[in-house]
Amino acid sequence: MHLIHTDGLDGAPTQTACTVAGRAELGERLYALELDAPGLAQDARPGQFVHIACGSQFLRRPISICEASGDRLRIVFQAKGEGTQWLSERKPGDPLDVLGPLGNGFDLSRLGERPVFVGGGIGVPPLLLAMRKAKEQGAEPSAILGFRSRSAAILEDEFRSLGAVSVTTDDGSYGVHGFVSDVLEGCADHATAVAACGPRGMLRAVASIAEAHGLPCQVSLEERMGCGIGACLVCACALKGEDGQTRYGHVCKDGPVFDAKEVDWT
Amino acid sequence: MTDAVSMNLAVDFCGVRLKNPITVASGTFGFGQEYNQFFDISALGGISVKGLTPTERLGNPAPRIAETPAGMLNCVGLQNPGIDRFIAEQIPRLRRHDTAIIANVSGNTVEEYCGMVEKISDADVDLIEMNISCPNVKCGGMAFGTQPKMVEEVVSEAKRYAKKPLIVKLSPNVTDIAEIARAAVGAGADALSLINTILGMRIDVDTRKPVLSNIMGGLSGPAVLPVAVRMVYQVRQAVNVPILGMGGISNGRDVVEMLLAGADAVAIGAALFHDPLCPVKALAELKGYMAKHGVSDVRELSGGVMV
Repeated sequence: MHLIHTDGLDGAPTQTACTVAGRAELGERLYALELDAPGLAQDARPGQFVHIACGSQFLRRPISICEASGDRLRIVFQAKGEGTQWLSERKPGDPLDVLGPLGNGFDLSRLGERPVFVGGGIGVPPLLLAMRKAKEQGAEPSAILGFRSRSAAILEDEFRSLGAVSVTTDDGSYGVHGFVSDVLEGCADHATAVAACGPRGMLRAVASIAEAHGLPCQVSLEERMGCGIGACLVCACALKGEDGQTRYGHVCKDGPVFDAKEVDWT
Repeated sequence: MTDAVSMNLAVDFCGVRLKNPITVASGTFGFGQEYNQFFDISALGGISVKGLTPTERLGNPAPRIAETPAGMLNCVGLQNPGIDRFIAEQIPRLRRHDTAIIANVSGNTVEEYCGMVEKISDADVDLIEMNISCPNVKCGGMAFGTQPKMVEEVVSEAKRYAKKPLIVKLSPNVTDIAEIARAAVGAGADALSLINTILGMRIDVDTRKPVLSNIMGGLSGPAVLPVAVRMVYQVRQAVNVPILGMGGISNGRDVVEMLLAGADAVAIGAALFHDPLCPVKALAELKGYMAKHGVSDVRELSGGVMV
C-alpha cells in the first residue's frame, strides 16, 4: 500500500508501508527479509537501496536491494547494531516503514558482454539483482564473491544459477584462500566490465585492477546516512571533479554506485 | 469544537505572511526539491534553505553523523554551492512552490556577513536568517553567537545591508540565552530563530575514537525539545520580536508546545529524517488540536503557556 504518491515521476521514491512476507537466517548474524512491497519492488533497479525505520531508532537504516520481482523485494543484511538487530527480529506479517527505491544503481548499459560482479561480505547481496539483469539483457556474467570464512558465505547458489562463480575466503575455510582481487587479476583479461560492492579496501583494489586492464568499473559505496535522499548532506564521499578538485558527493543521492574513476580513493 | 474551515492557521512573521506556522529548518531540507518527491512542499509555511556562504564550501569529511538516544549529532560543516549558485539555480525552482523562502546565510567575518545580507536582500527571497550559531565551522558561526558583544557587532553591521526582514539564529551553547537575544534585538534583529544544535560528542568505545570526523557536532532531534522549549520561553520573556522556534519538534503536539512557549512559528528539522512526511502530519495534528480545544486562530497559542 502506498502512503503517498509522488508527482507522477517514474521511479521516484515513495514511503511505503510494507509487510514482511518471509524471513531467513543465512549465516552468522546474516538475515534475509522478503517484503511485500508493490510499486517499490517494480521500480527498484539494481544497486539501489531502501531506507527502513527500525523500531525506536531515530535514524533509518539504509539497506541495499538484493532482489526485486513482482511485488516482492528482498533485502539481505547483517545484524550489526540495535537497528539491524531489531530488523532481524521481524516476522512474517509484521509491518515495515520503507522509503525507496533510493539512489543511483548500476548502469547496466556499461557492462558489456562479459561483466564480472565482485562482492565482498555484506556487499555481495546487491550484486545478485544486477547480475540477473545483466544475464536477462543477454550478457554472460560471472561473479567473484569474497567472505571472511565459510560461515559468512551467502547467496552462492543463486549466483551460480546466473553464471560462473568463484568464492574466496580470508581464512581459506572455503573456496579459494585469498582475496577477490587475486581472482579478478586472473580473469580480468576476458572481462568487459567490473561492478563491485564491498569494503572500501577491496573496492580500491578492484578499481585499480580494472583500470590497469582498461575496464569500466562501477563501485557501490557505503557511508553513514541521515535523510537518505540528498537533503541533509551527511553521507559525504570524496569525488574527483572534472576541474581536478576533490569535492564531497553524497552516497545516498549521487550514489551509492559511482564510476570508480570518479572516486577519490586517497 | 472549532470548524476546520473557519480556522486561521496563517501567521504574520515580520510582515511576511506564512500560510501556517510550520516551516522546515535550515540544513535538514536541502533546497526543497528532495522532499518535494514525498509531499507538495507548498504545504509548508516556509522553507529555510541549506546554510549559504559567500563561496562554495566543501564541508567536513565523513563521518558527519552519529546517532544518539532520541536524536543525532552532525558535523556537515556548511557544505553548500555558494550564494551565487543558490540565487541562480535554486530560487527559480523554489519559487514554483507557494511557500516562503527563508535564506539562511553565514560568513567567516563581519564583512562577509554584511556582504551576504546585502546580496541576498536583492534576491527573490522572503526572509533572511542570519546563522551566527553553526557549531561545525572553525571561523565565524558559533563564535559570533555566543558572546553578546560579538552578537551586537555582527548584527548591527549586517542589519545596515538588510532590505528584507532579518532573523538572527541563536546558539543554545550559551549561559544566558536571554542576554544573547537582547543583544541581537538591540542591534536590530527583526526576529529570532532558536535553537541551533547543541554541541555534543560521541566516542566509539571499541576504537576509542570520536565517532564524528570533526570530533564534536551539533545535537538535534527529540532529545533537544525540552531545551528548545525552555530557551524559547526565556527569550519570549526577554524580547518583543517574532520568534521562530525549533529544536526537536516531531509532531503536532510538539508544535503546540513550542508555540505556547512563545514561538510565533516553528521549524521542523531532524524529525524529517525519520519521517519525510513529518511536517504535513504535524500540520494535520495541529489542526486537530485546535479543533479539539476550540482554538480558532493559531496566533492565540503563541506565548499561551499558563505559568
